This record gives sequence, structure tokens and C-alpha cells, in this order.
Amino acid sequence: MLYAVLCYDSEDVVGAWTKEQDDAVMASLGEVQAKLTAQGRLGPVARLLPTTAATTVRKGREPLVLDGPFAETKEQLLGFYVVDCESLEQAVETAKDLAKASGSAGAFELRPLRYYQPGSVGA
Amino acid sequence: MTDPAWIHAALTGARPQAIGALLRYFRDLDTAEEAYQDACLRALKSWPVNGPPRDPAAWLILVGRNAALDGVRRRSRQTELPDEQALSDLDDAEAPLAERLDGSQYRDDVLRLLFVCCHPDLPATQQIALALRIVSGLSVKQIARAFLVGEAAMEQRITRAKARVAKADVPFETPGAVERSERVGAVAAMLYLVFNEGYGADPAAAQARGPLCEEAIRLSRLLLRLFPAEPEVMGLTALMLIQHARRAARFDSDGALVLLEDQDRSLWDPKLIAEGLALIDKAVRHRRPGPYQLQAAIAATHARAARFEDTDWAGIERLYAALERVQPSPVVTLNRTAALSKAEGPEAALAMAEPLTGQLSGYFYFHGLRGALLKQLGRAAEAREAFDRAVALAGTAAEAAHIRAQIDRLSA
Repeated sequence: MLYAVLCYDSEDVVGAWTKEQDDAVMASLGEVQAKLTAQGRLGPVARLLPTTAATTVRKGREPLVLDGPFAETKEQLLGFYVVDCESLEQAVETAKDLAKASGSAGAFELRPLRYYQPGSVGA
Repeated sequence: MTDPAWIHAALTGARPQAIGALLRYFRDLDTAEEAYQDACLRALKSWPVNGPPRDPAAWLILVGRNAALDGVRRRSRQTELPDEQALSDLDDAEAPLAERLDGSQYRDDVLRLLFVCCHPDLPATQQIALALRIVSGLSVKQIARAFLVGEAAMEQRITRAKARVAKADVPFETPGAVERSERVGAVAAMLYLVFNEGYGADPAAAQARGPLCEEAIRLSRLLLRLFPAEPEVMGLTALMLIQHARRAARFDSDGALVLLEDQDRSLWDPKLIAEGLALIDKAVRHRRPGPYQLQAAIAATHARAARFEDTDWAGIERLYAALERVQPSPVVTLNRTAALSKAEGPEAALAMAEPLTGQLSGYFYFHGLRGALLKQLGRAAEAREAFDRAVALAGTAAEAAHIRAQIDRLSA
């Protein structure tokens, strides 16, 4: 089953990383990604720009365009992975690997996919 | 999860909110800073053992506040408050409590803290030093290194700035809408000062001060999170991001400044440019152009051109014309003239430049540009005269060398 691994962390904390720290985290996450790729389990991966770059469109008869992210939360959605996992157990293990590699606080939310369309846009 | 790097980042990230709240509580900068320091020391002891709190800022505010109050009580021989070990066991209970204390005022707390640093009586260098010390938490040593002055001198500068701020009336009541927007404007200007201080004119300074640019960007993103619908804050952040994106291309291997037209654009940082462009797109929707947005849009037009030859000069000329309307200055007009010369040729540009002669007669770039325009029009003698004046006014060897190269081409 495909799982979305949604990465939540405090933007204040991640934003206070030095470039070296940020690069180091990306490199060690890259190792986990390489392992998943080798296993043929890795789908799309995305890291999002800060929530300051976000715009929210509120649905309604006259959709409302608002600056900023959808929800004001302590931790923000900063990125996601799509990973093929045999079981929730394996998904949890994958998230633990990513957690070890990311070396920060925050959380990964595991959400099984109901519909998946990889699309055709290249990197 | 609680490695020292993470804790350090968490403390830095939480600092503006925590000190801002403590400042409101104690109404004194030194007490607020001490309370925060105290809380940090306790965090360094407690977090590795108990795990990081869900909300570091709330933890630091609560512990810092209690530590400061505890000190007062201890001095008056009263009962101590529970220590932070007990507090961290409360875990999630701490969050709603601190929320009640500070949540509603978080935005104004951080704004006030930033605003304290831009007191109009403080000269620009003191504003920058104070912001770096109080808001960013850089050590005096780090700030002194960035300013290329001694530690003692910087210590004195910061102490003097703090004394001046303490004497001034820091406004603690919740600001009204107009006042709030004035504060945002003052803070934006101060952050751009910090950024420009970091955007050094030679590689050694740029190396030492580079972190200032990153700090200015971080605080600008923070300001934007507090005021997400403020197009000028979007513009300011975008402007810094796009300028900072060029940092690797700004100096050649000999340390000489590389002009925009000669920069290797493959060295520009595409991630920072993407973020800057996204912010400009957002700002444009508000249809309330201002100086930061327009300068960011000009920087973005350069960023969008794959090669210098591809630059949309007519677009840049229009943006400078708009900037001239919102922020008239002869230097802006001069930049507009340079764009016009690319878009429409030297004749139109020279006509626009001539009226500036009186105001810019002591300005290196004016004579450099005028010389270049005259040269293009085949008026070699006048061009040489303008270039000679530019050389005489050049601030750096690199500037003078650039003009001399043009003079050489005149005689060739």
C-alpha cells in the first residue's frame, strides 16, 4: 500500500538551522531515500518552501484568496514522501529511519493513499 | 532528537517570541534577557534528559518568567516556585498555560521587541548591533567580528544603545492598526539595514558578514509570518532572497566585485530565487506597490533572464519609473536612465540623465554612465572627460579599473 509520509516540524527551528546543518540533514535523509529507491519503494518526494510563500484559497461560492498557510499550527507541514509499504509496520519503520536521519523534533504523519496519480511533471 | 545542534536551533528559533513575551511581562530589557538566559540554561539541563518540549517558546517563557519571579521571591525569603524539572513533567499542560499567557499577544510581543531596536534616536549601526544582540542572540564577539571592530568597542556600543532604549518610552499597550503598521515599516527598514550590512563590498567583509544576510532573511520571514498579508514585507523578503541568491557570483577569484552583467548566472541559488519569485507573485495580487516590492520586482526581472542579453530592459525601466513615483530620488532616476539606455538607446537616456547633473555631480556612477552614453553616441572627447571625473570619484580600486578599461577602449 502507498503511504504519504507527511513531515511536520517547527518552521522556527528548521529556519534557525545553519546552511551546514540543513545540508547535513538533507544528505542523511538522502541516504534513506537512496535505500528506499533501491528497494523500489520510493514515490514522489517534496520539500515545501516556507509557509510565508503559501497562499490559501478558501472554497465557497466566491472562493476567498488568503495569504499564508491553511492552518496556524505550532508545527507546519514542510514536505512529504510517498512510499510503498507492505504494512503499517513497515511504514512505521520507514518513518523511524527518516526520524533518525532528520535529527530534529517534529513528527511524521503516515497517511495511506486512497488515490494516486504520479502525474507527468518532471523534476 | 535532543542533540546539541537541535537544542541550539530550538533556542534560537524561540528567542524572539520568548524574549518578546518576557519583555512585556517585566517591561525591562535586561530583566527579560536575564530571564531568557536563565531559562536557556535550564533547558540545556532539562531537555536532553526529559526530551524537548512540544513548544520550546512556551516552555522558555514559563520557565524564564518563573525563574525571574523566583529570584525576587528568594530575595524576599518567600516560598520558591516549583523548579523546571517538575514543570517539564507537566509536558502538554504547559502549552495551554503559556498559550493563555502569551498566545493572543505573540504577534505584538515579537513586533515590539524588533521595534525596540529601531528607535529613531539610535544611529543605524547601533540599531543593527542591538537587533543582532537582542533578537538574534549573536554574541558580542560575533557581532564585533561582523563589524570588523574590537569586542570592547562593540560591547560599549551595545550598552550605550540599550541605555538609550531604556530611557525612551517603550510602548507596552497593544498598538492600534495605524501604529502597528508604522512599527512594521520601521522594523522592515531596520531589517534591510542588517541585510545590507551583511552584503559587503569586498569578499573578506562578505565572508565575515554573510551570516547577517541570513539572519535578516530569517527575521524577515518571521515578520511575514506575523503579518502574512502585508505586501511590503513580502517585497522586502523577496528582495533579500534574490540579492542573497547571487552571493556566490558576486566576486571573482581575485576578490574583485563582478558586475551583474558579468556574473556567472549558473552560480545563482535557484531555491532562494524561487522563494523570492513566489513572494513577489503573492505581493502583486494586493495591488499596493511599494518601494520594497518594486526593488524586488527589478531584482526578479534580472533573475528571470537566463543571460544578461535576455534582460527585459523595458520592464525594468517601467519598474524604475514606478519606484521614482513612490520614492523619488536622483539615484533611482539614474538607474532608470541606465535601463532606458538598454531599452531605447543612448540618446533618450542621455536626455534623462542631463537634468541630474546638479544633484549627482559628486556621484561616481553618474559620470560613469554619462561617459558610457556619450561614448555610444560617438562623442569621444566628452566621454573621456566624464570618465576622468568618474575615475577621480571612484571609491574602490575595482571601480576605477572598470572605468579605465572603458577609457582604453575609447582610444582603441
